Amino acid sequence: MSLLNPVWTSLLYLVAAVFFILALRGLSSPRTARRGNLIGALGALIGVVTVFLSAQLDNVPWILGAIVVGSAVAAPVARGVKMTQMPQLVAAFNGVGGGAAALVALLELSHAGDPWVRLAIVFTLLIGAVSFAGSGVTFAKLQELMTTRPVVFRGLPVVMAAVLLAAVAAAVVVVFTGSLPLALLLLVLGLAAGILLVLPVGGADVPIVISLLNAFTGLAVAASGVVLGNVLLVVAGTLVGASGTILTRAMAAAMGRSVAGILFGAFRGGSTAG
Amino acid sequence: MDGMSLLTITVLAVFVGFEVVSKVSSTLHTPLMSGANAIHGIILVGAIIVAGQAADPWVLAVALLAVVLATANLVGGFVVTDRMLHMFHARKAAGTKQAARKADGK
Repeated sequence: MSLLNPVWTSLLYLVAAVFFILALRGLSSPRTARRGNLIGALGALIGVVTVFLSAQLDNVPWILGAIVVGSAVAAPVARGVKMTQMPQLVAAFNGVGGGAAALVALLELSHAGDPWVRLAIVFTLLIGAVSFAGSGVTFAKLQELMTTRPVVFRGLPVVMAAVLLAAVAAAVVVVFTGSLPLALLLLVLGLAAGILLVLPVGGADVPIVISLLNAFTGLAVAASGVVLGNVLLVVAGTLVGASGTILTRAMAAAMGRSVAGILFGAFRGGSTAG
Repeated sequence: MDGMSLLTITVLAVFVGFEVVSKVSSTLHTPLMSGANAIHGIILVGAIIVAGQAADPWVLAVALLAVVLATANLVGGFVVTDRMLHMFHARKAAGTKQAARKADGK
């Protein structure tokens, strides 16, 4: 049941994309910030309603049920959380978004006949998994489920390099063959890379890393938009990836830190601020 | 959509993304991050498409998991950002009131 023809679908996606741009601009200024957030929520609502009205969808009751479950879990937590615990909640929401992007890419692998589409799939898988696992570690650090001090062990750079090399090798094979087992391996390697990336970061630098992982998730969402041929996902993901990168640098500068120093300080033998 | 159009849109979106947040004040860093975080929850649209095309029960199960995760990102993200900004405004209003009281006391 597609009620909307492709032209109306594209127009509504364009409206949603413009709302996201206005939302980010609104959020950049104290006077308009709250309105900006509401405009963003409205843009998201338009996007979700449009996909229901335009795409040929089966399993609609199941999908609606899953949306109810997701909202019923997230909304009360977001409404009840203490102010001091908000950063780790943002980290958690960012992580599940990255996880969702990775799962979407994984399921699209069997439909992808073109190597370029499979390239977008491996990118989404890897970055989504890094964001999911990295956000999980930042959540654990901020929630004090683990030590907030930098976790560094001898050989960390070697392990990280091995994981990344294996990930690149697996990614190349998936791009050329579309192998599902290797895509799953890539997912696992991405999770490992996310954990290894965030472990050496000290508690004081964690908010900057959350912002960086937020930009990563944006890029994963943009790549999943390429996979699905969905312009709204491409635009929204790219906007978050680009603005998140600028924001990460601004946050690091405001704290007198450098992003490279935070991420690679431990790998160079130094340690980051605890 | 062909690859060249997608590439064009992506490159333009990068510049728009750079531009819209270039003048953010440092007090708004965390709410802006949280708002951008909510926006990438729009991956929900992708999860819905994949779930709507699923024929195999396993594929449907994984796709529905993606729908739940994406909804949590989207709904939770906007709600928590709104709360952050609400506190921000409340604190600022309280600050102004205190300043007014001080001015009255003078």
